[in-house]
Order: sequence, then structure tokens, then C-alpha cells
Amino acid sequence: MLQQISVFVENKSGRLCAIVEVLNKARINIRAMNIADTADYGIVRLIVNDTGNALKALSAGNFTAKVFDVIAFTIPDKFGALYEVIKLLGDNGINIEYSYSLIGKNQSEAGIAVYIKDAQKAAEAGKILKKAGVNLITPEDLI
Amino acid sequence: MNYYMKEIECAPRHEIEALQSFHLSQQIRHAYKNVAPYRDKMNKADVKPEDIKSIADLKKLPFTTKQDLRDNYPYGMFAVPLSEVVRIHASSGTTGKQTVVGHTQRDIDIWAECAARSLVSVGGSREDFVHVSYGYGLFTGGLGMHYGAEKLGAVTIPASAGNSMRQLEMFRDFGSTIVCMTPSYAISLIELMNENGFSKDDFKLKSGVFGAEPWSEEMRREIESGLGIKAYDIFGLSEMMGPSVSCECVYQCGMHICEDHFIPEIIDPDTLQPLPEGTQGELVFSCITKEAMPLIRYRTRDIATLVYDKCECGRTLARMLKPQGRTDDMLIIRGVNVFPSQIEAALLGFDNRATNYLLVVDRVNNSDTLEVQIETPAEIVGSIADLQVYEKKAKSVIDSAIGVGVTIKLKEPKSLDRSTGKAVRVVDNRKIKNKFGS
Repeated sequence: MLQQISVFVENKSGRLCAIVEVLNKARINIRAMNIADTADYGIVRLIVNDTGNALKALSAGNFTAKVFDVIAFTIPDKFGALYEVIKLLGDNGINIEYSYSLIGKNQSEAGIAVYIKDAQKAAEAGKILKKAGVNLITPEDLI
Repeated sequence: MNYYMKEIECAPRHEIEALQSFHLSQQIRHAYKNVAPYRDKMNKADVKPEDIKSIADLKKLPFTTKQDLRDNYPYGMFAVPLSEVVRIHASSGTTGKQTVVGHTQRDIDIWAECAARSLVSVGGSREDFVHVSYGYGLFTGGLGMHYGAEKLGAVTIPASAGNSMRQLEMFRDFGSTIVCMTPSYAISLIELMNENGFSKDDFKLKSGVFGAEPWSEEMRREIESGLGIKAYDIFGLSEMMGPSVSCECVYQCGMHICEDHFIPEIIDPDTLQPLPEGTQGELVFSCITKEAMPLIRYRTRDIATLVYDKCECGRTLARMLKPQGRTDDMLIIRGVNVFPSQIEAALLGFDNRATNYLLVVDRVNNSDTLEVQIETPAEIVGSIADLQVYEKKAKSVIDSAIGVGVTIKLKEPKSLDRSTGKAVRVVDNRKIKNKFGS
């Protein structure tokens, strides 16, 4: 499991920049970013190299942030690789709430993060992926 | 010039005062004898009914507030047995404990008479078609003007509010000549006319009485040109009666108060001392003929001015100049009374973390809007769907608590103004300029 930081942000110019600026000043390296948006506000989802310090920096910068566990894994950068893994989860009745990509361990592979709301199902998904030989990304991989 | 009751409306001041003194002394005896809260207050102030002989003694009496009505919910302020009560009204937009008002048959008759006076003062007669588009129900607007129009002998059209296209068709087909509605509803009807190819020449409208919410001289002009009528201001509180406590005449220079039933005073809201004629202050009313629920020196919280000179229309009744604001934090949103404390209670009852909020009132296309801005609690930041569910729930609890639809706006933490130390909870962006505005 990896930790993802979800930050509430109003949908207006300069707010994303403010988040990145805060993290930049705290020397945090962003490994993945995803934005879910509405007309008025959005949620910026981040995976970083140092979650603890990133949270402190965001809090000091008056941002509302909350941590969620996501499963992240790598796939080879080739045709059909994503399909196989996603199908595996689907066939086992596991619902992915949202997903986005992150930096892989090396250039020939891609990283995929998935959020599974139900904690029990999330643990199950971890086991299924491991058993199938999928390469999971750990916090240590991000440092 | 036509009058409904010329002998009262144009009476010399000393006659009006004599009548008021008589009714006041009777009313105080009635209230003291039959309403425990008045008896207690007067005993505490060491005032006996015998001490009140004329209106000069009015200032000896304790004040009554909305809180007194709430504390004695629902019937504790009634002065007659419930078997004598023929109707109940209740004020708009309050949580749980509304302010409940009872009326005897005589109270209803007097109210109808006052409403008939108002209609005549704006040029109405039994030849008119009075189209009542105030809501009918616990709100006093609809039934109040309805009974007045019938008393006058006009053709009364109880249209109530809503179903706007049908309203326009009725204007045209039924030949409505006088309308009674909130000014914001009039504006929305004018917009609908323009969108649907109606012209003011399709109607026979000539005048209208508009009340229940603050409105500006700009809105008056817009309504007058849009509907092709003269637009008049009407005033009333459900606690006292309803519309027609006072109403403008064709000269549009302040609202003539039905002084034979209501004694007005202007006081300094801080010292509670009466202020001289022409001074701006808090409007206080004593209902001196109400049987079911006498109100003695009721603090309206409205800021207004009284003038007593004879009007060009010939009426000698005191005129109140349009309320200029409030001495409390009550907001009037689309005709509904809303206290910020009600919203706070509803919001914190729903989520006790939502302690940082701001109410933003505005007027968009001549309709009031109320936006509740909430600094988003961290716990709810998950998915967009979660935030939307939160917004929906917050909206639903606040809407049902205050009786007005609000919009919820989630904000970032610390984004709401704290610069003054004391949190600013209400921003009212409506620019309502009055004819007599300062």
C-alpha cells in the first residue's frame, strides 16, 4: 500500500500553484498527481516521497488534506499489460473507485495507482496481485 | 380623493389621540387581566392598569419582544379562550418555535377593514378586480389582502403565488386591475412577460400593493413601467396582524398607519427612550384593538421614521417612512424572515466541525440569493461524490430549517475573513436604496 494525500482546493486560478509551491518549499518530490474537478472545487491527489512532511507543510499552508491508502503497481510499457491486471481485479469482483498513473521504477515500465474504497477488498486485491506476480510499488520505492 | 373610512382617516389629531387613549386604557385592562406574561411584566415594572389613562402613559409600559412570543409558544400570549379564536397565523421562517398569532372574528373583521382602506388609498373601489398573488396559508399576505378585497366588494381573485404563466393568463382573461404580491415576484412576472410575448397592453392593471420584503425605488420604477401600473408600498407584521398595518396613498410619500388600531412609537434601541417626531429609530407598535392577542409596545426591530403632518391626500394618519434597516441581524430573504442563528444551529446540528461559515446574501435578477460558505472540514475530503453528498445534506437541513432555498459553497480552510478578530458571519451585497435612504 502507498499513501495518497487528497487536498481540497477551490477551482480558481493560482490554487494548484499554491499547493505545489508549499511542497516545493518543503523539498517534497511529487511522484504522482491527479485532479478531480467540479465547477467550484476539486480534489488534488498526490503521491509524494515523504508523506509526513508533505502533510505538515500543507497544514501549515492552510490546506485541508487527508490521507488515503492506495495500491500501486508497475506494468511493462507494452500492449495489453494494463488490461491483464485490471481484468484480474474485475474478475475477482473488486471495484476500483478511481485510478491514475505514477512514475514507474524505470523507463520501460509504468506505475498505476488504484483506490479501492472497501478496506477488506483492498487487502484482498493486494494479495491477488501479489499472487499473480504483479510488481507492487512500496513507499521505499518512492524515496 | 376616495377614502374607505374618511371620519377616521382624515380625523383631526386630537380626535385620533382621544380614540387611541380610550382603546389603550381598555386594552391594557384586557391584557393585564387575561395574559399572564403581561401581568407579570407590569407587576415587575410596578404599573397597574389604572395608571394607563391616555397615550401619554404609554411610555410607562414595558416592551414586548419576539422572544416573549417564542417563550409563550404557542398560545401563552392569547387573551381570549381558544373557543373565541377563529384563525391562526404563524410567522415565516423560524425553526421549531414559530411565532403564533390568533385572531377572533372581530380581529379578522378589523384586519379586512384595514386592508380595504389600503386598497382604496391606492385608488381601488368595488369596481376593481383584485388579484392576490401573495401566498395563502400561515403567511398573512394572501388571506389578509383577500379579506380586504372582499370587504371592499371588489372582484377578488385568490391566485396565490406560483404557476406564473397562469398568473399572466389570468391578468389578461379575468381583467385584473389591482395586484397584491411581493415586489420580487412582480419582477419575475415581468421577465416572464417579456420572454413569452406578453405586453402590459394585454392587461388592464392599474395599480399594485407590494410588501413583505425590502425593495428599492429602482424596483418600484421597474415594476411600474413593466406592468404599466402605479406601485405602492404596504407594511405589516404577522405578529400584529399582517399587511395593511400601513400603506401608501397615491402620493407615495410614506405609509399611512391605521392609527385607530395601532399606536406607533419610535424609540432609541439602546436607551429605549421615545424619540421625537421625524427622528430615525426603532419602530414600536401597540395593538390597541386586537382581542385575541394584544401586543403592547412590540419592538419590531425595524428602523423607521414617523411623520404626522397632513398628507396631500387629505389623510391625517401618521405616516411611517419605509424601514431603513434592522436593529437585530434578521435578514429578509425572498419575503421570509431568517436569523443567522437559525442557520448556524442547523449547520452545526448537521456537522459540528463546520464552525467556520459565512452567509452571503445577494440579489440576482431581482431575486434574493443566500449562499452558505463553509470551510471544508478535512474529514470529508475524499471523493468528489462525498463532497457533493455533503453539500446536498447541508443544503437540505438548512433549507428545511429556514424555509428558504440556499446554495452551499465549500471553501478552503482559513479562506473566510477573520481580519476583524470577531468573525464576520453575514455579508449582505443587496443594494437596496430607499426613497428616504440615508
